[in-house]
Amino acid sequence: MKFLSEYRDPEVVARYLERLRATVRHPWTIMEVCGGQTHSLVKNGILDMLPKEITMVHGPGCPVCVTPLELIDKAIWLAEEKGVILCSFGDMLRVPGSKKSLLEAKADGADIRILYSPLEAVRIAQENPEREVVFFAVGFETTAPANALSVVHARRMGLTNYSILVSHVLVPPAIEAIMDDPDTRVNAFLAAGHVCTIMGTHEYEPLAQRYKVPIVVTGFEPVDLMQGILMAVQQLEKGEARVEIQYTRMVRPEGNLNARKLIEEVFEPTDRWWRGIASIPQSGYRLRDEYAAWDAERKFAVDLPAAQEEASCIAGDIMKGIKKPHECPNFGTRCKPETPLGAPMVSSEGACAAYYHFSNLINEMDQVATE
Amino acid sequence: MCLAIPGKVLSIDTQYDGRVRMARVSFGGIVKEASLEMVPHAKVGDYVLVHVGVAISVVDEEEAQRTFTYLREMGELDELREINDYLPDEKGNG
Ligand code: SF4
Repeated sequence: MKFLSEYRDPEVVARYLERLRATVRHPWTIMEVCGGQTHSLVKNGILDMLPKEITMVHGPGCPVCVTPLELIDKAIWLAEEKGVILCSFGDMLRVPGSKKSLLEAKADGADIRILYSPLEAVRIAQENPEREVVFFAVGFETTAPANALSVVHARRMGLTNYSILVSHVLVPPAIEAIMDDPDTRVNAFLAAGHVCTIMGTHEYEPLAQRYKVPIVVTGFEPVDLMQGILMAVQQLEKGEARVEIQYTRMVRPEGNLNARKLIEEVFEPTDRWWRGIASIPQSGYRLRDEYAAWDAERKFAVDLPAAQEEASCIAGDIMKGIKKPHECPNFGTRCKPETPLGAPMVSSEGACAAYYHFSNLINEMDQVATE
Repeated sequence: MCLAIPGKVLSIDTQYDGRVRMARVSFGGIVKEASLEMVPHAKVGDYVLVHVGVAISVVDEEEAQRTFTYLREMGELDELREINDYLPDEKGNG
């Protein structure tokens, strides 16, 4: 496929690797923020290829993984107790809530539908005027325009039976939280290409300056990732800390102004709880008061008891880049994709699941265990 | 979840009472609908980046080449720098 397969060319990857070997002199820890990049790095074997000086750690950029337990419980409550048609992206379905997952609730008879786009949920609301339809609006900045559009469409059409359950998170406050952690080891960031397609780079300039970290806005294919890593290492070796864009075919410095305007109109920043990490100030979006009628949390007064996380899950340390998945005692033993204890084992973009599926670590661990 | 992939705009029409421009976009033969509200300048034949049913960027075809010329440009820059190291400086004592 054009603009996709050429960025998977092993020969180009090899040339970048050669250049990287010639450039790197010191040990560096680089964090890719986005779960899509984690998935690609592991799946394409790039982690095993990199010069030993470079350690990649995996950031909190999987919206499915950081969606709080409470919100999953709320989504299930809406479907089971309120009888709404609950619509969601497929990735959310298997994430364990405190009692069950959306998938289990669906098996128990709740009307839960998997959609490709929130715009389809608006159509379902239009076709089912006698039912309430709720879309589970998770995501980073990338997904915010689509979720905002669904609300704008519903309002334009005068649909009062549509609302969204918002769990939006933002990347720059997460970078701040990671850099403010005294245990952080991160020397440079690969910022998420698709987030910056929407938002541009203006929020990242002050971060690069304040924390003296290079931030390279990077794409998702192997060649993109290799180039992004090379650009970061070049800056690190020269002692620079700038924002650079590797993913220039998709990202303009100002982002997508139409999308930014739409987000601004519909959402406002709010504090958000990141599952497994912490509550981060002003790190998410909620609907503005003008759109309260389409806000599921305000429409259906939900009051559920606080949910308990699995205590032995170290997802927080993993998503801050302090630990790796195989350092978790549950990894591959009690915790597997079929029986996840924490969210990073569920989504294919979660670091634990990525390691479990693609890395040869499991085999190595098995060997060590039998030796 | 944050997957967004580039596809080619095959045709454009309006929906939602004529107020929303929607495109039929081909992803290597698989055709899906996408809203063009975030990229109003997109036209038939363009490649657009689509995320959960919304086109969020038009691929810059010139920039798309840069990933492949980057290494060569880097190499040329380095050569220039190396040549400069051997050239006599302005005072003529090099
Ligand atoms: S392996 Fe499982 S229990 Fe351990 S951190 Fe990952 S998700 Fe949590």
